Amino acid sequence: MTDQPSFGFETRAVHAGAAPDPATGARTTNIVQSTAFVFEDSEDAAALFNLQKVGFIYSRLTNPTVSALEERIASLENGVGATCTASGHAAQMLVLSALMKPGERFVASKKLYGGSLNQFANFFPRSFGWQCDFVDFDDLETLAATVTPDHKAIFCESLANPGGVITDMAAVAKIAKDNGIPLIVDNTMASPYLCRPIEHGATLVIHSTTKFISGHGNAMGGVVVDSGTFDWSAGGKYPALSEPEPGYHGLKFHETFGNLAFTIWGHAVGLRDLGPNQQPMNAYLTLAGAETLPLRMERHCENALKVAEYLEQHDAVAWVNYAGLPSSKHYSLAQKYLPKGAGAVFTFGLKGGYDAGVKLCETVELFSHLANIGDTRSLIIHPASTTHRQLSEEGLKAAGATPDVVRLSIGIESVDDIIADLDRSLAIATGSPAQAAE
Amino acid sequence: MATMDTDTSLPAGHETYMDDHLLGILRGVKTIAMVGASANWNRPSYFVMKYLQTKGFRVLPINPGQAGQEILGERCYASLAEAAEALAPQPIDMVDVFRHPKEAPALAGQAGQAVSIGARVLWMQITVISDRARQIAEDAGLTVIMNRCPKIEYQRLFGEIGRTGVNSQVISSKRPKTMTRIKPFKKLM
Repeated sequence: MTDQPSFGFETRAVHAGAAPDPATGARTTNIVQSTAFVFEDSEDAAALFNLQKVGFIYSRLTNPTVSALEERIASLENGVGATCTASGHAAQMLVLSALMKPGERFVASKKLYGGSLNQFANFFPRSFGWQCDFVDFDDLETLAATVTPDHKAIFCESLANPGGVITDMAAVAKIAKDNGIPLIVDNTMASPYLCRPIEHGATLVIHSTTKFISGHGNAMGGVVVDSGTFDWSAGGKYPALSEPEPGYHGLKFHETFGNLAFTIWGHAVGLRDLGPNQQPMNAYLTLAGAETLPLRMERHCENALKVAEYLEQHDAVAWVNYAGLPSSKHYSLAQKYLPKGAGAVFTFGLKGGYDAGVKLCETVELFSHLANIGDTRSLIIHPASTTHRQLSEEGLKAAGATPDVVRLSIGIESVDDIIADLDRSLAIATGSPAQAAE
Repeated sequence: MATMDTDTSLPAGHETYMDDHLLGILRGVKTIAMVGASANWNRPSYFVMKYLQTKGFRVLPINPGQAGQEILGERCYASLAEAAEALAPQPIDMVDVFRHPKEAPALAGQAGQAVSIGARVLWMQITVISDRARQIAEDAGLTVIMNRCPKIEYQRLFGEIGRTGVNSQVISSKRPKTMTRIKPFKKLM
């Protein structure tokens, strides 16, 4: 965690990491579309390659535009440093590759974004030999009984996708600490404006910056933020960070870089060897998006609450799963961890089941029917007929994607227009009369 | 007091440092004695010394195993006292300690020597934590920094380290000074 009396969140959202360009005075961050950077001389090159000097060599490792975004997000999350990646999935691969060896295990929440469940349950064990034990994180007793010091990490989402589920991060962080392992929190759905997991004991925070941080549905990206609080050398459990690295003449990252070890490793080994660097153009768009994150999140949350309240009283709606509603079983956790709002992505169930869900998605006009969240635009998807259609009935239930489920990502349009689009479409899809309050 | 130095938790007041405090040290110090300086080019102490030299600091290596030899163009001394004697009447402003964190008695000894040579600052590197050393130095009026690296702090505070995704915590709309040397292109003919 950082240690200075800092500028306010809104100031850092605009300024962190982005001083004027020294060469030209350009005030916004330059898009440095260059693969490589000229050395001063051979000694300079040697120092850079040996990690004895920080600077730019090759954009797979570091790039000026991407570095500015890394510092911006590290600042917003109150971390000591950050490593940007091509996507959120690449961030998950990078963070676990620092901690895991083939045959080792980690523990993850059962309630994760479906893409993460796939990556953890299928790809990682098959291709990398990383085994994942899935646990319901609402059941802290079972979680505490499952986690052992042999697990290499605990992974959860602060606010789980598709929504309504909030992790008691302080309690989970304590379980991680008791076992001497790091807690990794995916903070994509909340964004650092609503929640900063490091303040609740997270060791590492990841994002798909594609969602709220960039916020405009136009730039892919991911990030790993390090709190700088974990002792990577204790017990020799994390040799990538504590033992000599053959690729750098036996340098030990934790010994050499202290609380910056994970961030330097993320670039010098993680990005170098795995290769999923973020594109400068995407970093530029994400920097611009991040400047308005606080304003957008306020409106996202305000609109989402109004839409959830509207849906909760709708006759055709069986249930609404939004942690900002007092009826949610996660309402009290939302008050603790997301006091500024419970996010903008949530699910609801239609009494008309599968067919009504499909019809609703086909009828809306303002909402976009697509597989993304965290856009300025309102988005809708019916998971059972799209993102989760390959799953069995049992699998759909476990993933919280039963045939009646519709997922919304509420945008920052006029909320009356969002509700009017739903009201008109629900009437057509379910045969239920229009119910929006005038 | 045998148990005192087995604790590696940071003493009160040393968990964090204000940027201005660190800047004041790095701006005020001119000569540094580096305890545990290595002649091996790939050890942190070697390249921290090399970096500090490029920033204009004079760094005197202290390492009994290398005494009499040169490291990065500077004669290596067996002890702080020897280095201070050789440099007199010029002062050694800061003692920078690279030692294994478990060598607690040695750290307290170095603190005592830092006091006796009249250094103003005792700086202990990342993972080098000793409350006993802190007490000895602070009681004699020295400024103590621990669990930090002067190279990393210099890079962070002077805007270099953001290049690897590190949160420098520095925010400014002033145009930074160009750090690149631009050499004129010379025609060969």
